[in-house]
Amino acid sequence: MTTKMMGEPVARVEDDRLVTGRGRYADDLAPEALEMAVLRSPHAHARIVSIDVDAVLDVAGVHAVYTYEDLEGALAEPLPLLIPHPNLTHGRTQYALAKDEVNYVGEAIAIVIADNRYLAEDAVGLIEVQYEFLPPVVGIDAARAAENLVHDDVPGNVAATMEQSFGDPEADIGGAPHRLTFDLEIERSACMPMEGRGTVARWDPDLKRMSVWSSTQTSTGVRAAVATKLGLDLSQVDVITPDVGGGFGVKIVHPWPEEVLVPMAAKVLGRPVKFTEDRREHFISSAHERGQQQHIDVGFDDDGRILGLSVQFWHDNGAYTPYGLIVPIITSTQLIGPYKLPSYRVVFQSLYTNTVIVTPYRGAGRPQGVFAMERTMDAIAAYLGKDRTEVREVNFIQPDEFPYAHGELSFQDGRPLIYDSGNYPEMMRKAKALVDWDEFEKVRDEARAEGRKVGIGIACYVEGTGVGPYEGGHVQIETSGKVKVSTGLTTQGQGHETAFAQIVADELGVRFEDIQVVTGDTRRSPYSVGTFASRAAVMSGSAVALAARAAKAKALRLAADALEVDVDDLEIVDGIVRVKGAPASQIALGTLAVLSNPLRYAFDEASRAATQFAVGDPTKPPVAEDDEPGLEGKDYYSPMRSTFASGIHIVIVETDPETAEVSILKYAVVHDCGTLINPRIVEGQVHGGVAQGVGGALYERMAYDETGQLQNASFMDFLMPYVTEVPESIEIDHLETPSPLNPLGLKGAGEAGVIPGAAAFASAIEDAENFTITSMPISPSELYALRLSKATDTATERTNT
Amino acid sequence: MTMSPTTAEPVETIRLRVNGVTHEAQVPPRRLLSDALRHDLGLTGTHVGCEHGVCGACTILVDGQPMRSCLMFAVSAQDYELTTVEGLTRPDGSLGPVQQAFKDCHGLQCGFCTPGFITTITAGIAENPDPDRAEARDMISGNLCRCTGYQNIVASVLRAAEIQREDAQNGDGEEQGR
Repeated sequence: MTTKMMGEPVARVEDDRLVTGRGRYADDLAPEALEMAVLRSPHAHARIVSIDVDAVLDVAGVHAVYTYEDLEGALAEPLPLLIPHPNLTHGRTQYALAKDEVNYVGEAIAIVIADNRYLAEDAVGLIEVQYEFLPPVVGIDAARAAENLVHDDVPGNVAATMEQSFGDPEADIGGAPHRLTFDLEIERSACMPMEGRGTVARWDPDLKRMSVWSSTQTSTGVRAAVATKLGLDLSQVDVITPDVGGGFGVKIVHPWPEEVLVPMAAKVLGRPVKFTEDRREHFISSAHERGQQQHIDVGFDDDGRILGLSVQFWHDNGAYTPYGLIVPIITSTQLIGPYKLPSYRVVFQSLYTNTVIVTPYRGAGRPQGVFAMERTMDAIAAYLGKDRTEVREVNFIQPDEFPYAHGELSFQDGRPLIYDSGNYPEMMRKAKALVDWDEFEKVRDEARAEGRKVGIGIACYVEGTGVGPYEGGHVQIETSGKVKVSTGLTTQGQGHETAFAQIVADELGVRFEDIQVVTGDTRRSPYSVGTFASRAAVMSGSAVALAARAAKAKALRLAADALEVDVDDLEIVDGIVRVKGAPASQIALGTLAVLSNPLRYAFDEASRAATQFAVGDPTKPPVAEDDEPGLEGKDYYSPMRSTFASGIHIVIVETDPETAEVSILKYAVVHDCGTLINPRIVEGQVHGGVAQGVGGALYERMAYDETGQLQNASFMDFLMPYVTEVPESIEIDHLETPSPLNPLGLKGAGEAGVIPGAAAFASAIEDAENFTITSMPISPSELYALRLSKATDTATERTNT
Repeated sequence: MTMSPTTAEPVETIRLRVNGVTHEAQVPPRRLLSDALRHDLGLTGTHVGCEHGVCGACTILVDGQPMRSCLMFAVSAQDYELTTVEGLTRPDGSLGPVQQAFKDCHGLQCGFCTPGFITTITAGIAENPDPDRAEARDMISGNLCRCTGYQNIVASVLRAAEIQREDAQNGDGEEQGR
């Protein structure tokens, strides 16, 4: 009997090549390619008066230099606004190369193509640009004040204002027994994959065909963009995603200027061209996220039950809005978390600043939303003198209340915000058990008696995952019995080759090692959307399951004919179709693949058995009218709406009484992503997310000065956690509440680990220090400053009384 | 020193001994060792994550010591025995102890930082064949990974040391048998 693969911690098939240096990342490809370097704006806001490239033209080894003036057709138009929205009244996108004006340090102005990167960078240094400086707008305060404008034609720096609500929160808050209002803030961080962006392109003049390899989260998106921008038919462009060194959201944005400029240059020059982003470029010309200011107004009863919630927030979208309003929409809707709100209003403004664009970074607006809601829960608990878990529990949606609709709210996919399933009380029970929550008060008191400050923090979240519109799967059984699987979305380390093979092994009844999965190759899967929003397992996992079922149905039908039995009497085990209870009566899937394709020409032993003279009923056409040759299955999965995963994080911290350094004593996670495909991979995703949550809570911020220079644009200065900054261990408990929305009961797992990080740490530091934390990340010096100001406040209060 | 025919940039003919094989290449004096390994010798297993010596993805072994190949010039690496991730498999091509440990423990996700960890840990367990958890954490504390949260990399260090000790025991056994 075939071993069941779903739910097993199978070792990854990707690893053999990756641990031996045989991975193929973008920069590893096409060693013969010319290389591109980019001249980037050194100023945050300026008009371009002139660009002089004369000095570059005669440099040995330089093949071409391009500025905006050299771009033609659609390439001279602004880059696409990928996700338009009716509320995005003032959406703006940049040009592939700046036209007249630059709006952030790092914006691409010119490119040089040379024999190698060294020469290309030398040449970039010879280009002379004259600028007329404009006043930069940096930070949300400056954007809101709007004394200066990022874009002349965008009043108030406001790209969009959006409001959603249900019930009558003003009346409910006004009439509530208790009311609290407060302000919160979260700063910018960024995805920071270890591999930056990278693109290679090769134009074949004989086939008139463009091949592009890009380190992207959407090969089909890049394909459409390249075809559009270069005036090619979609069928002339292939985009292949090689091994990708991490994404975390930044690589879903497309096309990056370089992603269309590299193919353009390859076509013009008739040579392969490559662009490999360096680390400084990644800091100043890719994307950031998180920066928001929030204002909370909440009314609640004596039990801590929220009666009405009104939230206003200001979202820094950077200089342009290629990814629309996705991040703030997610903040505004996912803020609600696992709670029942009788009434809710949220209003946000998405604001321009002269900084790097803001697009989804793992969590994509959720960490900010969870920060707002969980700070609110803690504030209510503190106000009422109640346990923080009790206040959360009294507000939880109960297991028997699913599907649960939050009024008329729309989610990021434009669909109603309806939770499909979950069990939040059970999650809380598990979470409290992991850390012995009820005993912690004693631990804290004992520590305080010793002069130590320890605190425990909690944060709950719900994550909409598996957002549509669709993904496809293709399963082909070869005459060798090997199974080739393709799905169009891409992989950046999630182990899709392994997880999807596990699904197909179970669905089809073939051996795991006989299955080979390909992702992100438009030659194999021309219809696909991409990898984002924790959607790969749900979307492509479901699609390959459906495709495997289609292939299986065909195999059984062929086998039933061949073995002259009823389809229902057959089973497939280890790639052999056999009669249940009479396993000697059997036929291999590979043989069925031969039979499925009636041939005229024999080219090997297997095909000899499939020629027209060898198979088939002579009274019927070789391929039936409603059938097609080959043993394969194809299907698409397109859900009505997202499926909602959930979790609780609890962290115990100790803050140094002298240095205010925060150390992590314990980190516990309860996580519900529905049915698990591979628990080892899911736990790895949680581990990585938690580390990014630690970074976002305690270390990572983008330090812009008032002129818009990013002052910490290197790994020396931007503090990404090393092993020394992450918890020594992460306790994980799973809950598996299957989703009713897809065939396998899956929910997404990719982003979960990072989402409640900032909220949980704020809660824990607040508990250790006994004063309110309203802004994250928090550094030791900031915590120290807070201590001093609280001490001053207390002293002042004493003087006043 | 000669001039490159296409770029007019002065180049040196250098010999690099990598994974036991001597390679000859013509490189400008400014060419980084990481670039020479990747682009002149085609050993693309060594990755470049920051080019300023912080992330550790480009770590190789220089006479057995872990060093950042993005902080060395190719021309100055000629007198050393260089080992990259490609050179850490067993003689039969199967996974070496650290490579096997990473696979066993799910010590990698995207795999981009992994070669730098594997070389670093190879040197680490050569020096300390039986690290405890704290020593394992210390061993990898100079390398950045954005995917794994390091939990399974720490486990990989311990597992790699275990495999290496098993190897040593088996090797001893064979020798005694002879």
